[in-house]
Amino acid sequence: MELTAESIVFLIMSAITLGGGLLVVSARNLFHAGLYLMVSLLGVAGLFVLLSAPFLAGVQVVVYIGAIAILIILAIMLTPSVTQLPAIFNRQWAFNLALAAFFFVLLVSVVSPIMGELGVDAWNADFTQKNPADVPADSIVNLGKDLVDPDKYMLPFEVASVLLMAALIGAVLLVSPDKAKADEGGED
Amino acid sequence: MNLNEWIFIGLFFALGWALPATPIVLGKILAPKRPNQVKQQTYECGVEMVGSPWTQFRAQYYIFALVFLVFDVELVFLFPWALAYNQLGLFALFEMTVFIFLLVVALVYTWRKGALRWS
Repeated sequence: MELTAESIVFLIMSAITLGGGLLVVSARNLFHAGLYLMVSLLGVAGLFVLLSAPFLAGVQVVVYIGAIAILIILAIMLTPSVTQLPAIFNRQWAFNLALAAFFFVLLVSVVSPIMGELGVDAWNADFTQKNPADVPADSIVNLGKDLVDPDKYMLPFEVASVLLMAALIGAVLLVSPDKAKADEGGED
Repeated sequence: MNLNEWIFIGLFFALGWALPATPIVLGKILAPKRPNQVKQQTYECGVEMVGSPWTQFRAQYYIFALVFLVFDVELVFLFPWALAYNQLGLFALFEMTVFIFLLVVALVYTWRKGALRWS
């Protein structure tokens, strides 16, 4: 890999993503693990920028870092004890290792044939050397058109709205005010 | 990918790290260290600390975060739609109205159930 500006940024962003992920799983404090998750997600946003997908990078920051990571942290704060986990490894570590290995193999086996079709040598490729003309400048406009196109993604688009509604109503049902009062802990 | 457009964001990124990191590192190097029990207390607006801050928080925080998340995701759908708005017909407007209506139903439900009231 030649050391261009893009490949340097790629290496930095990969380091942020992987380093953050490593800290997530090794943190003794669940709350800190949630914060490290944000670092890892920020690295992924940088990788999206390198892939000429600024919209996805924005979504990554706004939704994943701004909302989902916050939701995870708040969920952690609901648990009675978040600090001083007794051990880094839990009892399911072997199962989790197998699961992670399975997904790694799955990803590689899905992605490498695509790269073969494109004539890319996966191990020596310069992923950042992409012609800007390959990505249409108005790709977000096209996304907007396809989202509401009855022949394309209209149904998933409306189903997404039903899903969001169900998520909100379900959460309110689970944490109804009387229930919240019952398990009110120390706060503020 | 034309990275030049992103140099400014990179600069802000670097500056955003450097600005808080510099005083922290400088303080570590320059400040004299004579700690005692009072000095090492967590500073919280001069109020004396009572107990551990690592307590269980109430579940209502979660509802607020979830309401925020739902409308955050709505924004992700609204943005491409709004960019393509000039090239879309009346039907697209109707579709988005249905989309937003369903979310408003969820919001009204949350509101009426009193989940947004801080009790």
